[in-house]
Amino acid sequence: MIPSTLAFFTPLSGGSPNANEIDSLFKITLYVALVIFVLVEGALLYALLRFRARKGAVPAQIRGNTRLEVGWTVAAALILVGLAAVTFAKLSSIQNPPNSSSNGVALASSGNRLYASAQRRLPPNGKSLNIQVIGRQFIWQYFYPGASEPDGLGAPYSYEDMVVPTNTTVTLDIESSDVVHEWWVPELGPKFQAVPGYHNYSWFKVLKPGIYRGQCSLICGRGHARMIATVRALPPREFEAWLASQKKQITEANAAAQAARKKLSTQTGAGQVENP
Amino acid sequence: MATYAPPIPVVSAHRVEREPRGWTSWITTTDHKRIGIMYMVTTFLFFCLGGVEALMMRLQLGAPNNTLVTPVVYNQLFTMHGSTMIFLFVVPMMAGLANYFVPLMIGARDMAFPRLNALSYWLLLAGGVVFYASIFWNPPEAGWTSYVPLSLTSYTPSGGQDAWIYLIHLTGLSSILGAINFYATIANMRARGMSWGRLPLFIWAILTYSILIIFAMPVIAGAVTMLLTDRHFGTHFFDPGTGGSPILWQHLFWFFGHPEVYIMILPGFGIVSEILPVFARKPIFGYKAIAAATVAIAFLGFLTWAHHMFTTPIPEAILVFVMLSSYLIAVPTGVKVLNWIATLWRGTVELKTPLLFCVGFIALFVIGGISGVFLATFPIDWQVKETYFLVAHLHFVLMGGSVFTIFAAIYYWFPKMTGRMLDEGLGKLSFYLMFVGFLATFLIQHVIGLDGMPRRVYEYDNVGNLALYNQISTVGSFILGMGVLVTIVNVVRSLKVGVTAGPDPWKANTLEWFTTSPPPVNNFDTIPLVRSVEPMKDIRREIERRTHGTQATGGATVPTGATQVGV
Repeated sequence: MIPSTLAFFTPLSGGSPNANEIDSLFKITLYVALVIFVLVEGALLYALLRFRARKGAVPAQIRGNTRLEVGWTVAAALILVGLAAVTFAKLSSIQNPPNSSSNGVALASSGNRLYASAQRRLPPNGKSLNIQVIGRQFIWQYFYPGASEPDGLGAPYSYEDMVVPTNTTVTLDIESSDVVHEWWVPELGPKFQAVPGYHNYSWFKVLKPGIYRGQCSLICGRGHARMIATVRALPPREFEAWLASQKKQITEANAAAQAARKKLSTQTGAGQVENP
Repeated sequence: MATYAPPIPVVSAHRVEREPRGWTSWITTTDHKRIGIMYMVTTFLFFCLGGVEALMMRLQLGAPNNTLVTPVVYNQLFTMHGSTMIFLFVVPMMAGLANYFVPLMIGARDMAFPRLNALSYWLLLAGGVVFYASIFWNPPEAGWTSYVPLSLTSYTPSGGQDAWIYLIHLTGLSSILGAINFYATIANMRARGMSWGRLPLFIWAILTYSILIIFAMPVIAGAVTMLLTDRHFGTHFFDPGTGGSPILWQHLFWFFGHPEVYIMILPGFGIVSEILPVFARKPIFGYKAIAAATVAIAFLGFLTWAHHMFTTPIPEAILVFVMLSSYLIAVPTGVKVLNWIATLWRGTVELKTPLLFCVGFIALFVIGGISGVFLATFPIDWQVKETYFLVAHLHFVLMGGSVFTIFAAIYYWFPKMTGRMLDEGLGKLSFYLMFVGFLATFLIQHVIGLDGMPRRVYEYDNVGNLALYNQISTVGSFILGMGVLVTIVNVVRSLKVGVTAGPDPWKANTLEWFTTSPPPVNNFDTIPLVRSVEPMKDIRREIERRTHGTQATGGATVPTGATQVGV
């Protein structure tokens, strides 16, 4: 079977190394599966056609064959042992993020908010661009590094559209503020649930600039189908410019809101204004 | 010195009560056959409702960004569809078949607890009525999995969610009582000579089904009670804002939910294991292996629930353990498939409708089993979970699996239940429509999922070929629906004009064919002695021997005039 003819039967990939590795694991499993599929369905079809009831045909009164039965039980187990071995061999490249490339965004020494744990994995040099992903009905919000205060306040953020630099390892800290959502951008690899009260982790490293589409994949209510997640990958320099302008816009908008509130509170009295 | 007393022949007679008539007799009945029929008719009606819901969803998805139904209605449709098919169709339909055929196949005159049996049915009906009553107010909309916090009052305040909880409570209680009844019946009321090694494989399957229900159902009953008290009585089991855990719900739900999968498919395995030998005219290949595989699947089924939670925050050790235990369960399942094919091998296969549905089942279940291995591999699951790939997989095992075996059972046992044969031509038409329709609907859904479309979305953008693929799936679903319709027509028609079946139209192997069709209230006047796993084969051979006077072949093995043969 020519791999390209099977392309429509494999997961989306091409955005990030982990997605590519899952794709190749899928393909290996698919080849094994195809062989088993052809053998089993072939045997079934052959048995139906070859052993149709005909005049004079006598059914063989066989009740079993221990050797044969033990044989195919062991064979089935061996195939699965093989698949498990392939999975374990691939596991590290799917789970563990690589270092950022030299042409990625220059990362400060991993930032003080970063920490490693059993589930959260960091690149070997410990440096990654960490984005906090928050699911809420029915929009994704992303917080980027660059908080102006030590407790994380004043970090630039965006909704729905996540902007990331290419050639840079991006680690995701996935949370939810209401119900369970699921972060999934197929071309960038695994999906993970955003569970309120829990942290879940993932990563990707985009090699080519472009737009990668995804959406919430776990039913989260009436707007579930429109809870879109888009990842826009920009060259590092453009990303830095975007981040700076985003931060500036947010700061200016906050300042403008502050002024408006102040003006309003002098007119109507502080008690009438939310967040004076 | 012991004196030898020759046995005195005794005529044992018992009063056979006149069959009660009129519609009230259906309400007061404790006859396992009538209860079985009520189960089957009721659950089939729910199957039709669930099918209509499915077709409405397929219509909505027939075109990208379609506006046929609103998002709210769509969420209600998939919630009703899933809950109906699982709790009001497949599980109770299997209970209905078991109700009718367990006593007949083991040579008993009724279930162990006939009144409890009636209660099981009425609880099921109550569950269905409570659930469907919600369509006049607010149907539930959080999916059949009802994940928290979405199903808590803050996000789903409507009473539909509570109707869903009562559905689980009532049908769960019905299933547990039924399961205890089946277990007691099978353990205690088998005909003389029916040792565990001579138990029909359908009975092995129902025994295992019952044990699974007894272990799994109380867990979901507890979980939905916790959900109910969270919703209305101020507890905080699942609300993260007050120290509860949404992950806890997923564990409890799937600890029940995964064995539930086997609760739905094992009886189907049993049905196939009964039908294949009859139409291949050959004993089942590897009786012991199939019975052992049934029990092994049931045991392993309790170790794999976390493969539904691969994308939650979960330790690596559990990911690996659950992947391996899920792989392990593929072994006994694969063994069964090979045993079935070996049963056909070198037989004389008669392509009657029941066999066609069994073969269709094997062909589709193999695909569902293979895609299951993809889903069990957790890195692959991270890509395909919660997409149409999963929808395809679950329908291959649940619809191609359980539902096809249910149709095989309908065609196989309809003559026993009604005394009339179903029409073969319509039966075959129904099979081919369903088989082709099924493949058209669900094969392409693997690709839809791989192309990035999640499940449970009411609309999608036309990216790539999604519009075309979904159109194919929608057309397929209507072909499938037509196939089901043909069987309904067949059943209604055959009730009136079907050919008279006689007691044993298929020349089958098990005891239900020993009695008349339909069987009398007391099932058997004489219960035969069982001497092998195929008692009817022995009885037919004995009749042949006597009527054709083949004493010359050494009839000494069966004493002439032996009453235990019962003919």
